Amino acid sequence: MTRRLHPTLIAFTVLVYFFLMWPLVIVIGAALSNTGYLTFPPQGLTLHWFERIFEMSAFRRTMVTSFQVAAISTTCALMIGIPAAYALNRYRVQLPGWLSTLFVLPVLIPEIVLGFSLLRSIQVGAGLPVVSTLIIGHTLLVLPYAVRVISASLASFDFSIEEAAVSLGSPPVKTFFTIVLPNVKAGVIAAIFLALITSINDVSVSLFLTGPGISTLPIQILAHVEQFFDPVIASVSVLLMVLTVVVMAVVERTLGLTFLTK
Amino acid sequence: MAAPATALVVLCLVLPVSATIAVTFYAGAGPFDFYAAFLASGFRRTVLWRTLEISLITTALSLVIGFFTAYTISRTPPRWRWILIILAVFPLLTGVVIRSFAWLIILGSNGILNDFLVWIGIEGAPFTMVFTKGSVIVAMVYLFVPLMILTIVGVLENIPDDVIEAAQSLGATPAQTFLQVIFPLAVPGLIVGAVLVFTGSFNSYATPQLLGGDQQMMMGTFLYQRAMVAFDWDGATTVSAIMVAVTLAVVIGMTRIAKRLNPLAT
Repeated sequence: MTRRLHPTLIAFTVLVYFFLMWPLVIVIGAALSNTGYLTFPPQGLTLHWFERIFEMSAFRRTMVTSFQVAAISTTCALMIGIPAAYALNRYRVQLPGWLSTLFVLPVLIPEIVLGFSLLRSIQVGAGLPVVSTLIIGHTLLVLPYAVRVISASLASFDFSIEEAAVSLGSPPVKTFFTIVLPNVKAGVIAAIFLALITSINDVSVSLFLTGPGISTLPIQILAHVEQFFDPVIASVSVLLMVLTVVVMAVVERTLGLTFLTK
Repeated sequence: MAAPATALVVLCLVLPVSATIAVTFYAGAGPFDFYAAFLASGFRRTVLWRTLEISLITTALSLVIGFFTAYTISRTPPRWRWILIILAVFPLLTGVVIRSFAWLIILGSNGILNDFLVWIGIEGAPFTMVFTKGSVIVAMVYLFVPLMILTIVGVLENIPDDVIEAAQSLGATPAQTFLQVIFPLAVPGLIVGAVLVFTGSFNSYATPQLLGGDQQMMMGTFLYQRAMVAFDWDGATTVSAIMVAVTLAVVIGMTRIAKRLNPLAT
Protein backbone atom coordinates (compact mmCIF):
# COMPACT_ATOMS: atom_id res chain seq x y z
CA MET A 1 0.00 0.00 0.00
CA THR A 2 2.48 2.63 -1.10
CA ARG A 3 0.95 5.76 -2.47
CA ARG A 4 2.25 9.29 -2.58
CA LEU A 5 2.36 10.95 0.79
CA HIS A 6 1.76 14.60 1.39
CA PRO A 7 5.08 16.37 2.24
CA THR A 8 3.46 17.75 5.42
CA LEU A 9 2.87 14.20 6.64
CA ILE A 10 6.47 13.23 5.93
CA ALA A 11 7.78 16.32 7.73
CA PHE A 12 5.44 15.60 10.65
CA THR A 13 6.66 12.00 10.90
CA VAL A 14 10.30 13.11 10.80
CA LEU A 15 9.55 15.49 13.69
CA VAL A 16 7.78 12.76 15.67
CA TYR A 17 10.76 10.43 15.24
CA PHE A 18 13.11 13.21 16.27
CA PHE A 19 10.95 13.60 19.40
CA LEU A 20 11.15 9.83 20.03
CA MET A 21 14.90 9.43 19.53
CA TRP A 22 16.40 12.66 20.80
CA PRO A 23 15.86 12.05 24.56
CA LEU A 24 17.49 8.61 24.30
CA VAL A 25 20.45 10.08 22.41
CA ILE A 26 20.79 12.64 25.20
CA VAL A 27 20.89 9.87 27.82
CA ILE A 28 23.68 8.13 25.87
CA GLY A 29 25.55 11.43 25.59
CA ALA A 30 25.18 12.10 29.31
CA ALA A 31 26.50 8.62 30.11
CA LEU A 32 29.71 9.33 28.22
CA SER A 33 30.20 12.83 29.62
CA ASN A 34 33.31 13.47 31.71
CA THR A 35 31.63 16.13 33.84
CA GLY A 36 30.20 15.30 37.26
CA TYR A 37 26.81 16.69 36.38
CA LEU A 38 24.43 15.86 33.57
CA THR A 39 25.08 17.86 30.48
CA PHE A 40 24.67 17.62 26.75
CA PRO A 41 26.63 17.82 24.53
CA PRO A 42 29.28 16.12 26.68
CA GLN A 43 32.40 18.20 27.28
CA GLY A 44 34.68 15.21 26.83
CA LEU A 45 34.17 11.48 26.60
CA THR A 46 34.79 8.91 29.32
CA LEU A 47 33.67 5.44 30.31
CA HIS A 48 34.25 6.32 33.96
CA TRP A 49 30.53 6.30 34.83
CA PHE A 50 30.17 2.73 33.66
CA GLU A 51 32.91 1.71 36.09
CA ARG A 52 31.17 3.70 38.82
CA ILE A 53 28.02 1.56 38.45
CA PHE A 54 29.92 -1.54 39.43
CA GLU A 55 31.75 0.23 42.24
CA MET A 56 28.44 1.12 43.86
CA SER A 57 27.23 -1.89 45.80
CA ALA A 58 23.59 -0.75 45.69
CA PHE A 59 23.58 -0.97 41.90
CA ARG A 60 25.51 -4.22 41.82
CA ARG A 61 23.16 -5.83 44.32
CA THR A 62 19.91 -4.62 42.75
CA MET A 63 21.13 -5.57 39.30
CA VAL A 64 21.72 -9.14 40.48
CA THR A 65 18.31 -9.21 42.23
CA SER A 66 16.59 -7.89 39.10
CA PHE A 67 18.16 -10.56 36.90
CA GLN A 68 17.40 -13.32 39.39
CA VAL A 69 13.77 -12.23 39.81
CA ALA A 70 13.39 -11.88 36.03
CA ALA A 71 14.87 -15.34 35.40
CA ILE A 72 12.82 -17.10 38.08
CA SER A 73 9.52 -15.39 37.30
CA THR A 74 9.96 -15.96 33.56
CA THR A 75 10.62 -19.65 34.20
CA CYS A 76 7.54 -19.90 36.45
CA ALA A 77 5.38 -18.03 33.94
CA LEU A 78 6.49 -20.35 31.14
CA MET A 79 5.95 -23.48 33.19
CA ILE A 80 2.34 -22.57 33.88
CA GLY A 81 1.81 -20.40 30.78
CA ILE A 82 2.77 -22.96 28.12
CA PRO A 83 0.24 -25.58 29.33
CA ALA A 84 -2.38 -22.85 29.65
CA ALA A 85 -1.73 -21.59 26.11
CA TYR A 86 -1.82 -25.18 24.86
CA ALA A 87 -5.13 -25.87 26.59
CA LEU A 88 -6.63 -22.60 25.32
CA ASN A 89 -5.80 -23.53 21.73
CA ARG A 90 -6.35 -27.28 21.85
CA TYR A 91 -9.59 -27.37 23.81
CA ARG A 92 -10.99 -23.96 22.89
CA VAL A 93 -14.50 -25.34 22.45
CA GLN A 94 -14.66 -27.19 25.76
CA LEU A 95 -13.13 -24.46 27.93
CA PRO A 96 -15.24 -21.67 29.39
CA GLY A 97 -14.92 -18.32 27.62
CA TRP A 98 -13.85 -16.39 30.70
CA LEU A 99 -10.61 -18.38 30.95
CA SER A 100 -8.77 -16.43 28.27
CA THR A 101 -10.01 -13.20 29.88
CA LEU A 102 -8.57 -14.38 33.19
CA PHE A 103 -5.07 -14.50 31.72
CA VAL A 104 -5.22 -10.91 30.52
CA LEU A 105 -6.32 -9.69 33.96
CA PRO A 106 -2.74 -8.88 35.04
CA VAL A 107 -2.64 -6.39 32.15
CA LEU A 108 -6.07 -5.00 32.96
CA ILE A 109 -5.66 -4.48 36.70
CA PRO A 110 -3.47 -1.44 37.46
CA GLU A 111 0.01 -2.81 38.22
CA ILE A 112 0.47 -0.53 41.18
CA VAL A 113 -2.80 -1.77 42.72
CA LEU A 114 -1.64 -5.35 42.16
CA GLY A 115 1.62 -4.56 43.94
CA PHE A 116 -0.16 -2.94 46.87
CA SER A 117 -2.68 -5.81 47.11
CA LEU A 118 0.12 -8.40 47.10
CA LEU A 119 1.80 -6.48 49.90
CA ARG A 120 -1.44 -6.45 51.92
CA SER A 121 -2.57 -10.03 51.34
CA ILE A 122 0.50 -12.11 50.60
CA GLN A 123 3.37 -10.36 52.33
CA VAL A 124 1.69 -8.88 55.41
CA GLY A 125 -1.41 -11.09 55.47
CA ALA A 126 0.07 -14.51 54.69
CA GLY A 127 3.53 -13.60 55.99
CA LEU A 128 5.47 -14.67 52.89
CA PRO A 129 9.04 -13.34 52.59
CA VAL A 130 9.69 -10.24 50.49
CA VAL A 131 11.52 -12.17 47.73
CA SER A 132 8.71 -14.71 47.24
CA THR A 133 6.10 -11.99 46.98
CA LEU A 134 8.28 -10.13 44.50
CA ILE A 135 8.59 -13.29 42.38
CA ILE A 136 4.83 -13.93 42.53
CA GLY A 137 4.19 -10.35 41.44
CA HIS A 138 6.60 -10.61 38.52
CA THR A 139 5.26 -14.01 37.45
CA LEU A 140 1.78 -12.48 37.25
CA LEU A 141 3.22 -9.51 35.38
CA VAL A 142 4.85 -11.60 32.64
CA LEU A 143 2.25 -14.41 32.47
CA PRO A 144 0.10 -12.59 29.86
CA TYR A 145 3.16 -12.33 27.58
CA ALA A 146 3.88 -16.03 27.88
CA VAL A 147 0.25 -17.03 27.24
CA ARG A 148 -0.37 -14.52 24.47
CA VAL A 149 2.85 -14.96 22.48
CA ILE A 150 2.79 -18.75 22.72
CA SER A 151 -0.93 -18.85 21.91
CA ALA A 152 -0.18 -16.88 18.76
CA SER A 153 2.38 -19.51 17.73
CA LEU A 154 0.04 -22.37 18.62
CA ALA A 155 -2.76 -20.79 16.61
CA SER A 156 -0.85 -21.63 13.43
CA PHE A 157 0.10 -25.11 14.64
CA ASP A 158 -1.72 -27.95 12.97
CA PHE A 159 -2.93 -30.16 15.84
CA SER A 160 -3.54 -33.06 13.46
CA ILE A 161 0.25 -33.60 13.47
CA GLU A 162 0.00 -34.22 17.20
CA GLU A 163 -2.95 -36.56 16.69
CA ALA A 164 -0.97 -38.46 14.06
CA ALA A 165 1.91 -39.00 16.50
CA VAL A 166 -0.44 -40.13 19.28
CA SER A 167 -2.33 -42.50 17.00
CA LEU A 168 1.01 -44.01 15.95
CA GLY A 169 1.62 -44.88 19.59
CA SER A 170 3.60 -41.91 20.96
CA PRO A 171 2.69 -41.16 24.60
CA PRO A 172 0.90 -37.77 24.99
CA VAL A 173 3.60 -36.18 27.19
CA LYS A 174 6.41 -37.29 24.90
CA THR A 175 4.40 -36.05 21.91
CA PHE A 176 4.06 -32.65 23.53
CA PHE A 177 7.82 -32.31 24.03
CA THR A 178 8.95 -33.83 20.73
CA ILE A 179 6.20 -32.64 18.37
CA VAL A 180 4.28 -29.64 19.76
CA LEU A 181 7.00 -27.72 21.61
CA PRO A 182 9.63 -27.76 18.81
CA ASN A 183 7.01 -26.35 16.46
CA VAL A 184 6.34 -23.32 18.64
CA LYS A 185 10.00 -22.83 19.61
CA ALA A 186 10.11 -19.37 18.01
CA GLY A 187 7.15 -18.23 20.09
CA VAL A 188 8.65 -19.61 23.29
CA ILE A 189 11.99 -17.86 22.72
CA ALA A 190 10.28 -14.56 21.91
CA ALA A 191 8.08 -14.94 24.99
CA ILE A 192 11.14 -15.56 27.19
CA PHE A 193 12.90 -12.39 26.06
CA LEU A 194 9.79 -10.20 26.17
CA ALA A 195 9.05 -11.52 29.66
CA LEU A 196 12.63 -10.89 30.85
CA ILE A 197 12.69 -7.29 29.65
CA THR A 198 9.22 -6.62 31.09
CA SER A 199 10.28 -7.94 34.47
CA ILE A 200 13.61 -6.08 34.48
CA ASN A 201 11.95 -2.77 33.55
CA ASP A 202 9.07 -3.06 36.01
CA VAL A 203 8.48 -0.33 38.56
CA SER A 204 4.83 -0.39 39.58
CA VAL A 205 4.55 -3.99 40.82
CA SER A 206 7.99 -4.01 42.49
CA LEU A 207 7.40 -0.68 44.21
CA PHE A 208 5.57 -2.16 47.18
CA LEU A 209 7.34 -5.52 47.14
CA THR A 210 10.87 -4.37 47.78
CA GLY A 211 12.00 -4.15 51.36
CA PRO A 212 15.08 -3.40 53.39
CA GLY A 213 18.02 -5.05 51.66
CA ILE A 214 15.99 -6.29 48.70
CA SER A 215 15.37 -3.94 45.83
CA THR A 216 15.28 -4.13 42.07
CA LEU A 217 17.30 -2.03 39.65
CA PRO A 218 14.51 0.34 38.48
CA ILE A 219 13.49 1.02 42.08
CA GLN A 220 17.13 1.70 42.96
CA ILE A 221 17.39 4.05 39.96
CA LEU A 222 14.29 5.95 41.14
CA ALA A 223 15.69 6.27 44.65
CA HIS A 224 19.09 7.38 43.36
CA VAL A 225 17.66 10.01 40.97
CA GLU A 226 15.71 11.62 43.79
CA GLN A 227 18.88 12.12 45.84
CA PHE A 228 21.68 12.59 43.33
CA PHE A 229 21.65 13.86 39.82
CA ASP A 230 24.78 12.38 38.31
CA PRO A 231 25.66 10.54 35.08
CA VAL A 232 25.69 7.12 36.80
CA ILE A 233 21.97 6.77 36.09
CA ALA A 234 22.57 7.64 32.46
CA SER A 235 25.17 4.88 32.15
CA VAL A 236 22.87 2.34 33.87
CA SER A 237 20.22 3.40 31.36
CA VAL A 238 22.62 2.78 28.48
CA LEU A 239 23.33 -0.73 29.80
CA LEU A 240 19.57 -1.39 29.90
CA MET A 241 19.22 -0.03 26.36
CA VAL A 242 21.84 -2.53 25.18
CA LEU A 243 19.67 -5.22 26.75
CA THR A 244 16.66 -3.83 24.86
CA VAL A 245 18.59 -4.13 21.59
CA VAL A 246 19.41 -7.77 22.38
CA VAL A 247 15.73 -8.50 23.10
CA MET A 248 14.68 -6.79 19.87
CA ALA A 249 17.21 -8.77 17.85
CA VAL A 250 15.93 -12.05 19.31
CA VAL A 251 12.26 -11.16 18.77
CA GLU A 252 13.00 -10.07 15.21
CA ARG A 253 14.79 -13.37 14.51
CA THR A 254 11.98 -15.46 15.98
CA LEU A 255 8.53 -13.90 15.62
CA GLY A 256 9.44 -10.78 13.70
CA LEU A 257 9.00 -7.38 15.34
CA THR A 258 5.88 -6.70 13.29
CA PHE A 259 4.26 -9.18 15.67
CA LEU A 260 4.13 -6.31 18.14
CA THR A 261 1.80 -4.35 15.85
CA LYS A 262 -0.77 -7.14 15.95
CA MET B 1 -3.65 -28.00 32.04
CA ALA B 2 -4.67 -24.42 32.47
CA ALA B 3 -5.23 -25.16 36.15
CA PRO B 4 -1.87 -23.96 37.61
CA ALA B 5 -2.03 -20.65 35.74
CA THR B 6 -5.70 -20.23 36.68
CA ALA B 7 -4.90 -20.96 40.32
CA LEU B 8 -2.08 -18.41 40.38
CA VAL B 9 -4.20 -15.65 38.84
CA VAL B 10 -7.17 -16.37 41.10
CA LEU B 11 -5.18 -16.77 44.33
CA CYS B 12 -2.58 -14.07 43.84
CA LEU B 13 -4.43 -11.52 41.76
CA VAL B 14 -8.21 -11.84 41.86
CA LEU B 15 -8.45 -12.53 45.60
CA PRO B 16 -5.89 -9.97 46.86
CA VAL B 17 -7.24 -7.20 44.62
CA SER B 18 -10.84 -8.09 45.53
CA ALA B 19 -9.84 -8.01 49.19
CA THR B 20 -8.32 -4.56 48.75
CA ILE B 21 -11.54 -3.32 47.17
CA ALA B 22 -13.84 -5.15 49.60
CA VAL B 23 -12.14 -3.67 52.65
CA THR B 24 -13.13 -0.15 51.56
CA PHE B 25 -16.79 -1.09 51.98
CA TYR B 26 -16.75 -2.82 55.36
CA ALA B 27 -13.83 -1.31 57.29
CA GLY B 28 -15.58 2.04 57.76
CA ALA B 29 -18.68 2.76 59.87
CA GLY B 30 -20.89 2.83 56.77
CA PRO B 31 -20.22 1.12 53.43
CA PHE B 32 -19.37 4.34 51.56
CA ASP B 33 -17.59 6.19 54.37
CA PHE B 34 -14.16 5.88 52.77
CA TYR B 35 -15.42 7.30 49.49
CA ALA B 36 -17.24 10.13 51.26
CA ALA B 37 -14.00 10.91 53.09
CA PHE B 38 -12.07 10.82 49.83
CA LEU B 39 -14.46 13.19 48.09
CA ALA B 40 -14.69 15.47 51.14
CA SER B 41 -10.99 16.24 50.93
CA GLY B 42 -10.21 19.04 48.50
CA PHE B 43 -6.66 17.77 48.06
CA ARG B 44 -7.81 14.27 47.12
CA ARG B 45 -10.41 15.61 44.69
CA THR B 46 -7.61 17.66 43.11
CA VAL B 47 -5.42 14.56 42.75
CA LEU B 48 -8.23 12.59 41.09
CA TRP B 49 -9.16 15.49 38.83
CA ARG B 50 -5.52 16.17 37.89
CA THR B 51 -5.00 12.48 37.07
CA LEU B 52 -8.07 12.48 34.80
CA GLU B 53 -7.00 15.73 33.17
CA ILE B 54 -3.39 14.66 32.51
CA SER B 55 -4.56 11.25 31.21
CA LEU B 56 -7.12 12.80 28.86
CA ILE B 57 -4.67 15.36 27.46
CA THR B 58 -2.00 12.65 27.05
CA THR B 59 -4.52 10.40 25.26
CA ALA B 60 -5.67 13.16 22.92
CA LEU B 61 -2.13 14.24 21.99
CA SER B 62 -0.97 10.62 21.54
CA LEU B 63 -3.99 9.91 19.31
CA VAL B 64 -3.24 12.81 16.98
CA ILE B 65 0.53 12.21 16.85
CA GLY B 66 0.11 8.42 16.69
CA PHE B 67 -2.54 8.43 13.98
CA PHE B 68 -0.73 10.66 11.48
CA THR B 69 2.58 8.92 12.10
CA ALA B 70 1.02 5.47 11.75
CA TYR B 71 -0.77 6.57 8.58
CA THR B 72 2.55 7.71 7.11
CA ILE B 73 4.27 4.47 8.18
CA SER B 74 1.57 2.32 6.60
CA ARG B 75 2.20 4.12 3.30
CA THR B 76 5.98 4.04 3.19
CA PRO B 77 7.84 1.40 1.16
CA PRO B 78 8.36 -1.86 3.12
CA ARG B 79 12.06 -1.35 3.84
CA TRP B 80 11.50 2.08 5.38
CA ARG B 81 8.39 0.86 7.15
CA TRP B 82 10.47 -1.83 8.86
CA ILE B 83 13.00 0.74 10.09
CA LEU B 84 10.26 3.07 11.34
CA ILE B 85 8.57 0.23 13.23
CA ILE B 86 11.87 -0.82 14.81
CA LEU B 87 12.52 2.76 15.91
CA ALA B 88 9.08 2.82 17.56
CA VAL B 89 9.58 -0.56 19.27
CA PHE B 90 12.90 0.46 20.79
CA PRO B 91 11.53 3.16 23.13
CA LEU B 92 8.56 0.91 23.92
CA LEU B 93 10.85 -1.83 25.23
CA THR B 94 13.08 0.66 27.05
CA GLY B 95 12.04 1.04 30.68
CA VAL B 96 9.66 3.72 31.93
CA VAL B 97 12.25 4.95 34.43
CA ILE B 98 14.86 5.55 31.72
CA ARG B 99 12.43 7.35 29.45
CA SER B 100 11.19 9.57 32.27
CA PHE B 101 14.75 10.21 33.45
CA ALA B 102 15.63 11.41 29.94
CA TRP B 103 13.07 14.21 30.30
CA LEU B 104 14.49 15.11 33.68
CA ILE B 105 17.85 15.73 31.99
CA ILE B 106 16.13 17.84 29.34
CA LEU B 107 13.68 19.83 31.45
CA GLY B 108 15.61 20.13 34.73
CA SER B 109 16.51 23.57 36.08
CA ASN B 110 20.12 22.91 35.04
CA GLY B 111 18.82 20.86 32.16
CA ILE B 112 19.72 20.97 28.52
CA LEU B 113 16.73 23.01 27.43
CA ASN B 114 17.38 25.66 30.07
CA ASP B 115 21.11 25.74 29.20
CA PHE B 116 20.10 26.34 25.62
CA LEU B 117 17.54 29.03 26.48
CA VAL B 118 20.09 30.86 28.64
CA TRP B 119 22.69 30.54 25.89
CA ILE B 120 20.46 32.11 23.23
CA GLY B 121 19.56 34.78 25.78
CA ILE B 122 15.87 34.23 26.38
CA GLU B 123 14.47 36.72 28.89
CA GLY B 124 13.77 35.10 32.28
CA ALA B 125 15.60 31.80 31.60
CA PRO B 126 16.21 29.38 33.28
CA PHE B 127 12.54 28.48 33.73
CA THR B 128 11.08 26.02 36.21
CA MET B 129 9.89 23.23 33.95
CA VAL B 130 10.01 20.11 36.09
CA PHE B 131 7.32 19.49 38.70
CA THR B 132 4.76 21.19 36.46
CA LYS B 133 1.74 19.64 34.82
CA GLY B 134 3.27 20.37 31.42
CA SER B 135 6.42 18.38 32.12
CA VAL B 136 4.38 15.36 33.25
CA ILE B 137 2.26 15.56 30.09
CA VAL B 138 5.27 15.87 27.77
CA ALA B 139 6.95 12.84 29.35
CA MET B 140 3.68 10.85 29.28
CA VAL B 141 3.07 11.63 25.60
CA TYR B 142 6.66 10.58 24.95
CA LEU B 143 5.98 7.38 26.86
CA PHE B 144 2.82 6.43 25.01
CA VAL B 145 3.28 7.63 21.42
CA PRO B 146 5.19 4.46 20.39
CA LEU B 147 2.39 2.26 21.77
CA MET B 148 -0.20 4.32 19.89
CA ILE B 149 1.82 4.20 16.65
CA LEU B 150 2.22 0.41 16.78
CA THR B 151 -1.44 -0.18 17.66
CA ILE B 152 -2.71 2.00 14.81
CA VAL B 153 -0.17 0.72 12.25
CA GLY B 154 -1.52 -2.79 12.94
CA VAL B 155 -5.08 -1.64 12.26
CA LEU B 156 -4.22 0.41 9.17
CA GLU B 157 -2.31 -2.49 7.65
CA ASN B 158 -5.34 -4.69 8.09
CA ILE B 159 -7.50 -2.45 5.93
CA PRO B 160 -7.85 -4.42 2.68
CA ASP B 161 -6.37 -2.65 -0.34
CA ASP B 162 -9.49 -3.66 -2.27
CA VAL B 163 -11.64 -1.37 -0.14
CA ILE B 164 -9.45 1.64 -0.88
CA GLU B 165 -9.17 0.77 -4.57
CA ALA B 166 -12.93 0.36 -4.74
CA ALA B 167 -13.42 3.82 -3.26
CA GLN B 168 -11.01 5.32 -5.77
CA SER B 169 -12.43 3.53 -8.77
CA LEU B 170 -15.84 4.84 -7.75
CA GLY B 171 -14.45 8.34 -8.07
CA ALA B 172 -13.54 9.28 -4.49
CA THR B 173 -10.86 11.94 -4.18
CA PRO B 174 -7.88 11.11 -1.91
CA ALA B 175 -9.39 13.36 0.77
CA GLN B 176 -12.76 11.57 0.50
CA THR B 177 -11.09 8.17 0.59
CA PHE B 178 -9.24 9.21 3.72
CA LEU B 179 -12.19 10.75 5.53
CA GLN B 180 -14.94 8.35 4.46
CA VAL B 181 -13.09 5.03 4.14
CA ILE B 182 -9.71 4.87 5.88
CA PHE B 183 -10.53 6.94 8.95
CA PRO B 184 -13.82 5.16 9.84
CA LEU B 185 -12.08 1.80 9.42
CA ALA B 186 -9.29 2.95 11.73
CA VAL B 187 -11.66 4.14 14.49
CA PRO B 188 -11.79 0.81 16.37
CA GLY B 189 -7.97 0.81 16.44
CA LEU B 190 -7.92 4.39 17.64
CA ILE B 191 -10.25 3.41 20.46
CA VAL B 192 -8.04 0.47 21.46
CA GLY B 193 -5.00 2.77 21.43
CA ALA B 194 -6.85 5.43 23.41
CA VAL B 195 -7.88 2.88 26.06
CA LEU B 196 -4.31 1.62 26.42
CA VAL B 197 -2.90 5.13 26.71
CA PHE B 198 -5.61 6.46 29.02
CA THR B 199 -5.40 3.56 31.48
CA GLY B 200 -1.60 3.56 31.23
CA SER B 201 -1.45 7.27 32.11
CA PHE B 202 -4.13 7.02 34.78
CA ASN B 203 -2.25 4.24 36.58
CA SER B 204 1.31 5.47 36.01
CA TYR B 205 3.78 5.91 38.82
CA ALA B 206 7.38 6.50 37.68
CA THR B 207 6.69 9.45 35.35
CA PRO B 208 4.55 11.52 37.76
CA GLN B 209 7.02 10.65 40.53
CA LEU B 210 10.08 11.87 38.62
CA LEU B 211 8.58 14.79 36.72
CA GLY B 212 5.66 15.79 38.91
CA GLY B 213 6.93 15.13 42.41
CA ASP B 214 4.73 16.12 45.31
CA GLN B 215 3.47 19.20 43.49
CA GLN B 216 1.77 17.22 40.72
CA MET B 217 0.65 14.17 42.64
CA MET B 218 -1.40 11.70 40.58
CA MET B 219 -3.39 8.65 41.72
CA GLY B 220 -0.39 6.31 41.43
CA THR B 221 2.00 8.50 43.38
CA PHE B 222 -0.75 9.34 45.87
CA LEU B 223 -1.41 5.63 46.45
CA TYR B 224 2.27 5.11 47.25
CA GLN B 225 2.38 8.17 49.49
CA ARG B 226 -0.71 7.03 51.44
CA ALA B 227 0.49 3.44 51.88
CA MET B 228 4.23 3.81 52.44
CA VAL B 229 4.80 7.35 53.70
CA ALA B 230 1.63 8.16 55.66
CA PHE B 231 0.84 4.51 56.53
CA ASP B 232 -2.81 5.34 55.89
CA TRP B 233 -3.94 2.00 54.49
CA ASP B 234 -7.61 2.99 54.56
CA GLY B 235 -6.77 5.86 52.25
CA ALA B 236 -4.56 3.64 50.09
CA THR B 237 -7.25 0.98 49.61
CA THR B 238 -9.76 3.67 48.63
CA VAL B 239 -7.35 5.07 46.02
CA SER B 240 -6.75 1.49 44.75
CA ALA B 241 -10.48 0.79 44.42
CA ILE B 242 -11.04 4.03 42.50
CA MET B 243 -8.14 3.19 40.15
CA VAL B 244 -9.53 -0.30 39.46
CA ALA B 245 -13.06 1.06 38.95
CA VAL B 246 -11.98 3.78 36.51
CA THR B 247 -9.74 1.35 34.57
CA LEU B 248 -12.38 -1.36 34.23
CA ALA B 249 -15.11 1.14 33.36
CA VAL B 250 -12.98 2.67 30.59
CA VAL B 251 -11.85 -0.69 29.21
CA ILE B 252 -15.30 -2.31 29.22
CA GLY B 253 -17.16 0.80 28.06
CA MET B 254 -14.82 1.64 25.23
CA THR B 255 -14.56 -1.99 24.03
CA ARG B 256 -18.36 -2.02 23.70
CA ILE B 257 -18.28 1.22 21.71
CA ALA B 258 -15.43 -0.03 19.51
CA LYS B 259 -17.43 -3.15 18.64
CA ARG B 260 -20.47 -1.10 17.71
CA LEU B 261 -18.44 1.32 15.56
CA ASN B 262 -16.58 -1.30 13.53
CA PRO B 263 -18.00 -0.85 10.02
CA LEU B 264 -16.63 -4.21 8.84
CA ALA B 265 -18.27 -6.16 11.65
CA THR B 266 -21.49 -7.86 10.74
